[in-house]
Amino acid sequence: MRRRPGAALLIVLGLLLLLLSIAAASVVGAAGLSPADVVRTVAAHAGLPVEPLAPLDDGIIWELRLPRVLLAVLVGAGLSVCGAVLQALARNPLADPYLLGISSGASTGAVAVLVLGLGAGAAALSAGAFAGSALAFCCVLAVIGRGFGNTVRVVLAGVMVSQLFSALTSLTVIWAADAQSTRGVTFWLLGSLASASWASAGLCAAVAAAGMLACLPACSALDAFAFGREAAASLGIAPARTELLLFTVTALTTAVLVAASGAIGFVGLIVPHAVRALTGGRHRVLLPACALYGGVFLLAADAVARTAFAPREIPVGMLTALIGVPAFALVLRRTKEARA
Amino acid sequence: MSLRAHDVTWTAQGRPVIDGVTVEIPPGGHTALLGPNGSGKSTFLRLLAGLLRPEGGTVLLSGHDLHRLPRRAVARRMAVVAQEVSSEVEMTVLDVVLLGRIPHHRRLAAVAGEEDLTYARRALGRCGAAELEQRRWPTLSGGERQRVNIARALAQEPTELLLDEPTNHLDIAHQLALLDLLAAIPVTVVTALHDLNLAARYCDHLLLLHRGRLVAAGPPEQVLTGETVERVYGVRAEITTSPTGRPGLHFLGPSLRAPSL
Repeated sequence: MRRRPGAALLIVLGLLLLLLSIAAASVVGAAGLSPADVVRTVAAHAGLPVEPLAPLDDGIIWELRLPRVLLAVLVGAGLSVCGAVLQALARNPLADPYLLGISSGASTGAVAVLVLGLGAGAAALSAGAFAGSALAFCCVLAVIGRGFGNTVRVVLAGVMVSQLFSALTSLTVIWAADAQSTRGVTFWLLGSLASASWASAGLCAAVAAAGMLACLPACSALDAFAFGREAAASLGIAPARTELLLFTVTALTTAVLVAASGAIGFVGLIVPHAVRALTGGRHRVLLPACALYGGVFLLAADAVARTAFAPREIPVGMLTALIGVPAFALVLRRTKEARA
Repeated sequence: MSLRAHDVTWTAQGRPVIDGVTVEIPPGGHTALLGPNGSGKSTFLRLLAGLLRPEGGTVLLSGHDLHRLPRRAVARRMAVVAQEVSSEVEMTVLDVVLLGRIPHHRRLAAVAGEEDLTYARRALGRCGAAELEQRRWPTLSGGERQRVNIARALAQEPTELLLDEPTNHLDIAHQLALLDLLAAIPVTVVTALHDLNLAARYCDHLLLLHRGRLVAAGPPEQVLTGETVERVYGVRAEITTSPTGRPGLHFLGPSLRAPSL
């Protein structure tokens, strides 16, 4: 085994940071609950012999805060890993999880549900978003055809289909929306973790874990793609099969995450770049590190989103850009200076 | 241990790029693939490497159809150094060379072990690049990158090594150093080259392609005749024996004859 103190240190640090952020984010909030209250609630629900909190406080922690914290970590981790994989496959630093039309498709699906009244509740909204994403991804695959090797074609197909679905979304909103549902749509499009539940967090946990398990064996292949498709092929990797598999895995994972949280931007674009600047381009380190730091990042952003302007809550998708751009600029500057 | 192409054809948009080429690569030697721009050198090299599938004919590796062999098995025998593609690779030199060990990993998920590290370091040493081990790829010069590329290919432990114009963008000293290196390694080497004098000096077998067809094959003094060079390149050349004992070409100017077909 190669010893890489730097990489191991970054992973351990990320893990510690994640645990700390989870603890901090569970405590932060309007209700003024202490860390002890959180521990007591978790212990009570785990069936340990402790006295439970008052039902209202218990509900805030157990039904609202903990699922939301969990969902933030999972969405942040999932989007970051998908972004890193797509940047490697498309060999394009601008690639993000929404490269293949997922977010536009999700918007169209969710808006169709909201505005056209195709169903009720968060479950219908998520189902609509997932169906829209899957449809958009199928459209992208159809446009690409067998031209996976041509990364320009892949990116163009994604952009085209995204534009098409954005137009469909606008059309639906203009055609059929009233003021109330338009506001709901806007909020949803910006991305928010407010509707987190144990069910959505559980589903995202399962999908994110499955996606990670599918990506990890492909780490060597992703490394090999760094020098292009032919180099990967000459190292014994089947490029077309790898691309189809990973495009599909990342698309479906992203679709589930977006269905739960809306299209939270920027996480899947900048976290991979920031982490790569620290760990280098080897995916065996990059992907786990992206999962850890992506989770921390979105958790922090969401904690700010729900507390900074309390009692009003702002969509976390706005904050990821507000926090993310300066943070990213800092990393970029530092790595440039380190190289110079 | 042999690489052969039998009546191989490849077309692009209905135009034949490689048109019924049959060659046998001498094992253990250094073969140069020559020809003017657009003669099909790069395409033929890709066909030999199994990166393109022939539309007609077959490429045979030790008598087996290349496209019926598992890709990983091929990668354990044959390494390819393509033309420079990317400089935006965030890896150290050692990591880049370790990519060459991927075909030897038991599973694709396997991590590089001690043995891989030994092979990677040995390959770097052979290419005179041992001191580059911890350097980051983007900081390397063109000559250093090419040496690392070859080290990556050697880490694959190939019996056949295929290179597409590896001397591009290198100054003359680096070109000579690179070809000396290729001469020193005990594997079958096929190199697509532009420079006829370098091919004559360093390679013991030349293949000359013209408009997708093989027009000459053999040792340098047999292939590089004034008549052949004028016919294929449309250039008059005086051919002497250089101090190295190999043919040396002195180009006199464009051919005065009408170009032949």
